Amino acid sequence: MTELLGFPIQVILGQLLLGLVNGCFYAMLSLGLAVIFGLLGVVNFAHGAFYMLGAYGTWALLNYLGIGYWGALALSPLGVGILGIVLERTMLKRLTQVDPLYGLLLTFGLSLIAEGFIREAFGASGQTYPVPELLQGAVNVGFMILPIYRVWVIVASLMVCLITWFVLERTRLGSTLRAATENPKLVQAFGINVPRMVSLTYAAGVALAAFAGVLSAPIIQVSPLMGSSLVIVVFAVVVIGGMGSIMGAILSGLMLGVIEGFTKVLYPEASNIVVFLIMAIVLCWRPNGLFGKG
Amino acid sequence: MKLSSKKTILALAVSVGLGAAFTANAGNEVVIGDIDDMSGLYADVIGQGGIEAVKMAISDFGPTVLGKKIVFLSADHQNKPDVGSAKFREWADKNELNMLLGGSNTGVSLAMAKVAGEKKVPFIAVGAAGSSLTNQDCNAYIVHYSYDTTSLANGTASVITKEGGKSWYFLTADYAFGTQLQDAATKVVNANGGKSVGSVRVPLSASDFSSFLLQAQGSKAQVLGLANAGNDFTNSLKAANEFGITKTMKPAALLAFISDIHSLGLQTAQGLYLTTGWYWDLNADTRAFGKRYFEKMRKEPTMNQAAYYSATMTYLNAVKAAKTTDSDKVMEELHKIKINDMFVKGGYIRADGVMIHDMYVMQVKTPQESQYPWDYYKVVKRMPGEEAFGPLSDSTCPLVKKK
Repeated sequence: MTELLGFPIQVILGQLLLGLVNGCFYAMLSLGLAVIFGLLGVVNFAHGAFYMLGAYGTWALLNYLGIGYWGALALSPLGVGILGIVLERTMLKRLTQVDPLYGLLLTFGLSLIAEGFIREAFGASGQTYPVPELLQGAVNVGFMILPIYRVWVIVASLMVCLITWFVLERTRLGSTLRAATENPKLVQAFGINVPRMVSLTYAAGVALAAFAGVLSAPIIQVSPLMGSSLVIVVFAVVVIGGMGSIMGAILSGLMLGVIEGFTKVLYPEASNIVVFLIMAIVLCWRPNGLFGKG
Repeated sequence: MKLSSKKTILALAVSVGLGAAFTANAGNEVVIGDIDDMSGLYADVIGQGGIEAVKMAISDFGPTVLGKKIVFLSADHQNKPDVGSAKFREWADKNELNMLLGGSNTGVSLAMAKVAGEKKVPFIAVGAAGSSLTNQDCNAYIVHYSYDTTSLANGTASVITKEGGKSWYFLTADYAFGTQLQDAATKVVNANGGKSVGSVRVPLSASDFSSFLLQAQGSKAQVLGLANAGNDFTNSLKAANEFGITKTMKPAALLAFISDIHSLGLQTAQGLYLTTGWYWDLNADTRAFGKRYFEKMRKEPTMNQAAYYSATMTYLNAVKAAKTTDSDKVMEELHKIKINDMFVKGGYIRADGVMIHDMYVMQVKTPQESQYPWDYYKVVKRMPGEEAFGPLSDSTCPLVKKK
């Protein structure tokens, strides 16, 4: 059996694959965050809460309305997106002219409120959500048994990330959006409804978080705390990729998922902090992040 | 940064001020405190339910003891040892705290146990599992009431090893609780002819266990020892099912509460072995308490929530018998008292601080076996207290040796 770094090649490949799955989650979450910060200048600390609400929405759709996973994939992000629009219109809009720190404080407070409500309503232990029938079972890929659902996660998240990147960087809508955030007054003079674009962008960003939530509902317990442990890591990922760089967020998310996966094998106790160590190193070397525009 | 620092400081000061306790004890009150995880991963194990249980006990005992009003304070330690011990100190100094109930999280309880010894305030640790509280970390003011890592291991680990699960791989929460539980279980496994083939330490509240489980699978061990609790336990078991690991390895839930089983569902949890000190459906007394609790909380109580009720009653009875709230006299009384209530029959507090009582090894029922809501366990083995908690001679508590 071939070995690498003292571990059998099977183990390395297995961890690589698992790291990739986690990396896809990080990529999707940091994409939403990067979109919101890059285009709106809002440090959206509520991102973890929207992820959690997306998962709870999925669970609620099944348990109260009988709508299964496939319906939830579309409906839950939609619902969370609408909530995002409401939030943006009523609260975030007022903070665009001031220091981004206020947006951070507001969204952080909102996430605490959301967590508190959910915990009061459903308890802290969490709810179980079943893996959809079509995706149940696992496939033996030689070096490990891989659940089919995890393959789906990789496929779905990469697809969503690429579509988002394409829309933002290669379509007219995307370029209008980017122009609107760089120079709102000028773009508004062309007759484009800039406030509406801003709201929709925020909604799209949080809908991405909710979509990640739907994907994770069958894998982990749907609990009020699921977002808070993740959001700090996602922030670190976005900082590493460069705040505002879409492709940077996706690539660093994937890369860091894999690195974290290796740490779990080499020195598991540090797997919680390795992302922050990397962030510290990257910031010393490239203060704008790996792909940041400055 | 353009943020005005003066405004920040003012805002912070106002919020801290609003949050600070403003009561001061008048000296004619008996103050019972509860410091627990109210909002984190262990919040369902005791949390709000524990507060309700204490209130029930206070109302059952009577609003006063020795003519003094019983006051109840509660706080969230957020799973941070510094927060828990700071709160304990504050209550001991400013509110003349007479007794503290310790909630979940061994790490926080160890920090609070030190404060108990320093401030000479009786500390009844209910939620913490770590046996070190009655061994190397013991002091004269600690009572370890509901369960500990020794009894958990003596229950679950011995039953599974005797049934043929000889090689174990541990998935361990990387803090005092996890490591003590792993050590206790390894000792029991070795004593029964088995051995531990490896382990991995996982940071608390990890969101994904797949990587660690893959390592467990690679070890080819027969048993997957889950030395973790709360959401860590439910998430790792769920992932173990998903990756088909439960087909080749037997999962051992070294610490699981009925709240965990309820949130996992019997479909996932069926067949699991776990050890508990109390179950709502054991007998008429437990059922009666369960019913009262259910009316308030809409769930059945965990063993620790029931223990909170019992510990409060036991303490108040000890105060009554000692005719004083003086810590040393009450501790002396606590070591003499015989506890007979819905939580235990014939329970007593040993020299090392352990409350000796029966422990039960349970197996989680299949969905078909379960006849009514919360009908989750069947009794596999009842362990008498001395067997569950080990002989006093094994204790490394300095108090014991001195005698």
